Amino acid sequence: MPIHEESLIRPENLRKHDELNIDDVDVSGHWSTFIESRAVSDYNEQLEQEVAAFPGGAFIHRCWQCGACTNSCTVNAINPDFNPRYWIYLVRLGMEQELLRDKDIIWQCVSCHKCTHVCPRDVEPEGVMKALSHWLEAKGHTPKSQSQHFDEEFYQQVLETGKIEEGRIVRNFFNRTGQPLQQPWLIRMVKNMIRGLPILLLTRMGLATLFRPKTKDWSKSKASIEELIEMKESARKQILEGNKSS
Amino acid sequence: MSDSTHLRDDLDTVAYYPGCALEGSGHAYNRSTKRLARKLGLKLVEIDNWNCCGAMEVKNIDPDIQNYLSVRNMSIAKHKMGLDVVMAPCNGCYHNLKKAEHDVTHREDTRETLKKMAEKTGQPEYKSGDVETIHALDWIKHAIGEKNITGKVKKSLAGLKIANYYGCMYTRPRHIFPEKDQGEGSESTSKPHFMDDLLRAAGAEIVDFPLKTACCGGAHTLSDCDTSTQLVLNILQAAEACGADVIATECPTCHSGLEMHQVRAQETLNIKTQPVMLYFTQLLGLAFGISPRQLGIHENISQSMGLLRQKGLV
Ligand code: SF4
Ligand code: SF4
Repeated sequence: MPIHEESLIRPENLRKHDELNIDDVDVSGHWSTFIESRAVSDYNEQLEQEVAAFPGGAFIHRCWQCGACTNSCTVNAINPDFNPRYWIYLVRLGMEQELLRDKDIIWQCVSCHKCTHVCPRDVEPEGVMKALSHWLEAKGHTPKSQSQHFDEEFYQQVLETGKIEEGRIVRNFFNRTGQPLQQPWLIRMVKNMIRGLPILLLTRMGLATLFRPKTKDWSKSKASIEELIEMKESARKQILEGNKSS
Repeated sequence: MSDSTHLRDDLDTVAYYPGCALEGSGHAYNRSTKRLARKLGLKLVEIDNWNCCGAMEVKNIDPDIQNYLSVRNMSIAKHKMGLDVVMAPCNGCYHNLKKAEHDVTHREDTRETLKKMAEKTGQPEYKSGDVETIHALDWIKHAIGEKNITGKVKKSLAGLKIANYYGCMYTRPRHIFPEKDQGEGSESTSKPHFMDDLLRAAGAEIVDFPLKTACCGGAHTLSDCDTSTQLVLNILQAAEACGADVIATECPTCHSGLEMHQVRAQETLNIKTQPVMLYFTQLLGLAFGISPRQLGIHENISQSMGLLRQKGLV
């Protein structure tokens, strides 16, 4: 039988034979295409609980699989493999291995909030995407994504001074991720920018890189932010480690 | 708690929350917003010793830290400055303050966490409805209104074809904007129109632009450049196909995203697009006769002076 909707089946699960002869009968061609049968047994029953412990993942249990998120998704329109509904499904079923096939694209969610806007169950799928990418990194399935580097650099500056300075973020981010600052399009852009800027402003921006913008009396806020993060991190660790030992 | 679907009436004096971007890449937006306020006799009082709202990033470290950052600013406006309207011109700031308001109103756990943090840092606790957060578009729309704008126009924007780009954070997700989608006179989350209304009142021709709320990839503008360039190109090319000369913006992140990736598309993909980017505050300012320099038009990366000269606006 030819397989209808073949595109829905992962290529590695299809068995095709260009030349196949059984009992002297030539059955080559699409007649002999089979779908590899398989039984899933390696469930991670705690997967949903683990993902829910990461920032943004708390409401994953509410999903009823309507698919509105994927339907509205900005990144899905560019790459059909980017499928929030499906990933949420896999997480809730505990199908970790299946999820890992898409591990390298999950971080690409651009936080456009289209999914959270349309979700009828208040799952906040945008947050779930962030939680998923954190979970992937925490479990060692993926290296830190560029986006995570950016978030950490940003957070660090806010934590230290209460404010950010964009130039510093850009420089440190390129540094952390080992990218050169001398990319032709960046140079051209900076040239365009400087051309129009009044000297006074340039001076002020230059000074901002020396004297970082700061919120005054920030130390108590800093301490209290750190305390909260520590608390949440240790709760998360307990869940991940508890699941490992059980 | 005040009626969350109704905008407060007195907008002559509001607390101003510029945010970090307006002190950096969005300085032209900051400058033109302040100029506009002065011209229109509206008072902006900058929030005393404000802090960053966490932008698109801190929530990924922890959503309640982001809420803390927002309510600290709102609490200062209310308790230290005695103001109950906070105006934020940046979509990211605006979104975050609205999100914090929503969580404080609807989530017990957030309320508890923030209460404890307020105690530890010695700030007054922020309570639901203490302030109303509005966007710069709400501010001009409600404080001045279309009729008065038309009356104040010195140089009509007639002849300028504008596509209005609102981005993601101004309308999504709808549940954090209870005042939107409330019928006549309110903003729409599916087809926002406040910027259209204001610029049309200043004489501009507004083109029917289908990608008003498309995403420019701002969250990954540097961490996933190729995706962002693709998304920005969609927006630029759609605006061009609609016949727009100008894409009007109301967010520093969207604005610089469009500018940056327009350059990048040309450099890396060799795709050139025509529309120039201007903040809506710059466009209104021009209509009211404020000089381009005072509106920071030279500070934009996107070069619009040629077009403005050609249209007789400078
Ligand atoms: S829109 Fe919401 S309920 Fe529907 S599939 Fe996506 S997350 Fe699940
Ligand atoms: S926020 Fe992320 S997952 Fe949701 S629609 Fe946008 S890109 Fe897709």
